[in-house]
Amino acid sequence: MADEVILLDYWPSMFRMSTAKIALAEKGVAYEYKETEPWVKTSLPIEMNPIHKKIPALIHNGKPIYESLIQLEYIDEVWFDTYPMLPSDPYQKAQARFWGDFIDKKFYDPAWKVWGTAGEEQVTAKKELLEHFKTLETELGDKTYYGGDVFGFVDIALMGFYGWFKAIEKFGEFSIEAEFPKLSRWTMRCLERESVVNSIADSDKIIEYASVLRKKFGAE
Amino acid sequence: MVTGDVKLIGSWASVFVMRARIALNLKSISYEFLQETYGTKSELLLKSNPVHKKMPVLIHADKPVCESNIIVQYIDEAWSSYGPSILPSQPYDRAIARFWAAYVDDKWFIALRSILTARGEEEKKAAIAEVEERTDHLEKAFIDCSNGKPFFNGDHIGYLDIALGSFLGWWRVVELDANHILLDETKTPSLFKWAERFCNDPAVKPLMPETTKLAEFARKLFPKPQA
Repeated sequence: MADEVILLDYWPSMFRMSTAKIALAEKGVAYEYKETEPWVKTSLPIEMNPIHKKIPALIHNGKPIYESLIQLEYIDEVWFDTYPMLPSDPYQKAQARFWGDFIDKKFYDPAWKVWGTAGEEQVTAKKELLEHFKTLETELGDKTYYGGDVFGFVDIALMGFYGWFKAIEKFGEFSIEAEFPKLSRWTMRCLERESVVNSIADSDKIIEYASVLRKKFGAE
Repeated sequence: MVTGDVKLIGSWASVFVMRARIALNLKSISYEFLQETYGTKSELLLKSNPVHKKMPVLIHADKPVCESNIIVQYIDEAWSSYGPSILPSQPYDRAIARFWAAYVDDKWFIALRSILTARGEEEKKAAIAEVEERTDHLEKAFIDCSNGKPFFNGDHIGYLDIALGSFLGWWRVVELDANHILLDETKTPSLFKWAERFCNDPAVKPLMPETTKLAEFARKLFPKPQA
């Protein structure tokens, strides 16, 4: 039976469907992308994530998998014979998972507050976010990718947020290039990859979208 | 496979540390347990986990591994030929186990803890209701995952059993504090029976802290505001 892979998402989602898209592209796995809005019931026969009431969902042969890092590991395990994204050595693998988890836990909250809020809340969030960027810059060091020579798990996890970087820079009033040159060059290298270019959301569209939401949230 | 000495930085009261210890027990790995002193963080902890500065940290042949669920997976992989598998073998089952383990930490535990930190009856009632709703989800998850077997992982305890089961000591402490049953034999019968089996597992039994000792520690950690 041929594999049927569906990605169900909302295009500006900060929950990083781009992560799964990049991974599937690197593995050469075809998928069907279906857009939905988070507050609208899907017409597909599967239910939206019943617990978190959110998308994105990766649906493989009818079975749904939620959460970007879990999807990433799943993709790596199912399509294990091409382009491994995680190292095979247990210690190196644990390090990759650690950084994936760091990005997952530490990035999202301050990041959305930087573009989505104003005043004290934004100032505090920006300080926190810049610290996390600094940690990521240090961890990258002089490596080509977080995976060393391999554009791997951590790279894909972080690039999943890339569509939002410009919005965060604009509303947070800082420049990743100026403050984190290594990270900036790393993004450029990642953007040379077809899998990335074809998977990430349009940064300018996201800025427009974020502007609308800022007004809605009362940040402007 | 790398052998070499194994150390674990942790505390007897920590749920997250217990996860690592259960995994090490399952694989019959002997290790040196470095008990942290409450209220301070040792040099070794700060050096081994500079990013989060938290326990547990597993140090295997001088290399540190951090974050409890990552440590459990590491133990399963580094000692893959020892003892039973901790993670399921099929990718989809692994994804489900990881999803629910993340749910335990990100949703269920947060609700449980908010009972201890609740100020006033209203807040406490709301927190209890949230825990009950989320425990109900876990009951369904158990039925789906276990497939009629004794544990989430099937015949032997595994990743998700460890993720949730490590909370059982604190679960009881919060019940006492709230004066309200939070693992109800009639509302969540499968989980209730699973909890007993989990606590009696030889890999778990020596590690589960005594409820009164833990309750005393909880009072230090979550002091009640003066009336």
